[in-house]
Amino acid sequence: MADTLAETTHWGNLKTEVAGYVGIDTLQEQIRKKVLKRGFEFNIMVVGRSGLGKSTLINTLFKANVSLRSCSKSEEKVEIPKTTHVKSVSHVIEEKGVRLRLTVTDTPGFGDQINNDNCWLPVLDYINEQYENYLSEEQSVTRKKHIPDTRIHCCLYFISPTGHSLSPLDIEFMRRLDRCVNIVPVIAKADTLTIEERVGFKQRIKQDLANNGIRTYPMKELEEDPEETVTNNKIRELLPFAVVGSNQQYPNNGRTVYGRKTQWGLVEVENRSHCEFSDLRDMLIRTHMQDLVEVTRSVHYENFRQDRLASRRGRTQFNGQVIDMDSMNESSL
Amino acid sequence: MEDYIGFANLPNQVYRKAVKRGFDFTILVVGESGLGKSTLINSLFFTDIYSNEYPGPSQRIKKTVQVETSKVILRENGVNLTLTIVDTPGFGDAVDNSVCWQPVLNYVESKYEDYLHAESRVHRTTIVDTRVHCCLYFISPGHGLKPLDLEFMKKLHDKVNLIPLVAKADTMTPEECNQFKKTVLNEITQSKIRIYEFPDCDDEEENKHQKRIKERIPFAVVGSNVIVEANGKRVRGRKYPWGVVEVENMEHCDFVALRNIMIRTHLQDLKDVTNNIHYENYRCLKLGAVGKSGTTANKNPLAHMEEERKDHENKMKRMEREMEQVFDMKVKEKLNKLRESESELNRRSEQMRKTLDQQKRELYQKWKEFEKERTTFEVTNQDMDDTHRRLTLTLDMSPKEYFDGKDKKKEKKKGLF
Repeated sequence: MADTLAETTHWGNLKTEVAGYVGIDTLQEQIRKKVLKRGFEFNIMVVGRSGLGKSTLINTLFKANVSLRSCSKSEEKVEIPKTTHVKSVSHVIEEKGVRLRLTVTDTPGFGDQINNDNCWLPVLDYINEQYENYLSEEQSVTRKKHIPDTRIHCCLYFISPTGHSLSPLDIEFMRRLDRCVNIVPVIAKADTLTIEERVGFKQRIKQDLANNGIRTYPMKELEEDPEETVTNNKIRELLPFAVVGSNQQYPNNGRTVYGRKTQWGLVEVENRSHCEFSDLRDMLIRTHMQDLVEVTRSVHYENFRQDRLASRRGRTQFNGQVIDMDSMNESSL
Repeated sequence: MEDYIGFANLPNQVYRKAVKRGFDFTILVVGESGLGKSTLINSLFFTDIYSNEYPGPSQRIKKTVQVETSKVILRENGVNLTLTIVDTPGFGDAVDNSVCWQPVLNYVESKYEDYLHAESRVHRTTIVDTRVHCCLYFISPGHGLKPLDLEFMKKLHDKVNLIPLVAKADTMTPEECNQFKKTVLNEITQSKIRIYEFPDCDDEEENKHQKRIKERIPFAVVGSNVIVEANGKRVRGRKYPWGVVEVENMEHCDFVALRNIMIRTHLQDLKDVTNNIHYENYRCLKLGAVGKSGTTANKNPLAHMEEERKDHENKMKRMEREMEQVFDMKVKEKLNKLRESESELNRRSEQMRKTLDQQKRELYQKWKEFEKERTTFEVTNQDMDDTHRRLTLTLDMSPKEYFDGKDKKKEKKKGLF
């Protein structure tokens, strides 16, 4: 036993024999308990022009009225604001003892003006602001035991279902923000497109994304083992998800399903042959939620932190250019 | 004797003439890309105006707003319709869309301009009507009108017949659709936008029927030129995994309503309103503008003609004056010349007279001398005569020789001259 101390690769490639029951496997349980007590935090941002069903989708995803629109006090129609606003609303939802603090950030006014130049700037500023807050908390002398995490873990970008390709605004936004936040593009109101149209549309979108060098989540570089790669490849195949949202239920074949009832049929939200909502939900909540948080923490936030600290240390050189405080609001790379 | 005069046949005559001449109609389609404009146009006229060989503008990439026209001649039951579709690819697609309506506006006004010129020409037997008769504006479904929609409609509602349509109506459930239509109509009336109002028919029956159709404004349309199977029938529609949207089913969308009211009943009215209201407005504005400013904007044909005439007159006058000047000059020259030559002649004649006089005097002198000499000669001659007589009596001299001698002397004297 003593001479089996050789190299181990990342995790458990070399198995050391244990004589009896040690009890390491209870670690799982310990972690679980702790985490359960603490609860999880997840911050999601929805970006897209008005009328694309963002609020409905969020409500459908979490099966609760969590969107901004549902929470706004006024009953009459919300006017389109003149500039992009960024508003958040937080909820705590619980399922099987697991508490999730969900923050939904909405961007009313994005892309709705006649002149949409720089409509992404408020969004970018907000994201960087959250990083900034976290950084200052981290660096303070007396740190809190658990710093509240308001950083955006996932940004759902809603693409209008024109059926042609990405609009210039879409490309601009994604180009500027894919370095600061995890972008998950979705095709909104997918019940507008027939299956063939949808396939063609996705192909063209993928091509546009590749042509512009836009990295969407999940990112290839961050994969650590082949299993992950396989799942992520499947997801990347499906990207962008063609989703339909609805929080109204209708009876169908004895079950009640969420869907949209039209004169010519019932669009089932959770039916995989109708739309890809289930795939989105699975990825976002059931399989990759923790990963999203991880990537935000270890990649995006770290990038931001590096830039920040490098510039703070007396305006020294960073990548050959002097970056001053004011220009930090531009994209961090 | 019949009371039938026969002018009840007039409508038939008009009809036949119109049919022979054929109709023309111009539709302008405006809307963001991907809203199904090309598909709807194809569906409306049951024909592939945009097809694989000639793809619609959405399939082609463009950087700025273009205005493109396509012409198709359709024929049904012997009636010819020349249909011009004006499309606006690139509208509302850019990040900054501040003036994306400007090319459209310019196009509409330029067509009015052309017609105005054609109307004011001297020879106007063939006026081709290329004015835009109807503008189909596609609204993207959502919560309400976007700022771009409002801006565009405000700019064009008094220049052209505006018919707003809700595009891709299969996105919405019936409740959502009604809600959206109400919102849109509200916003339109609030912004004081005047959309085209389909006027009532004379026929009561028709009227009721049309009233029901008009309640559906703005029409929520779905377009398709593909034939799919639905419930055993073959219909034009869109096939989804959850069902088939039938384009021609009144319960699914308002496509049929749009087609009927636009083509079957109000095609001519659209043209009339364009001609009588929108075109006249434009004309008033244009001509009024010239009258106010007074400068030669060259838009008013009457003033233009007046001006032309005046110009012409002025030119004529100027030419006249010039010619007169030239003429005067020439006359003067000629006079001068003549005078000169006259004086010249005078001088010469003077001279000649002088010389003549002189000669005369000389001659006179000479004559006088000659006379003197003659008299002296004669005197001497008398003596000689006498002597000669004496001598001849003695001699037998011919008088001839004697006279020759005298002649010789005379001749000699003559030689002096």
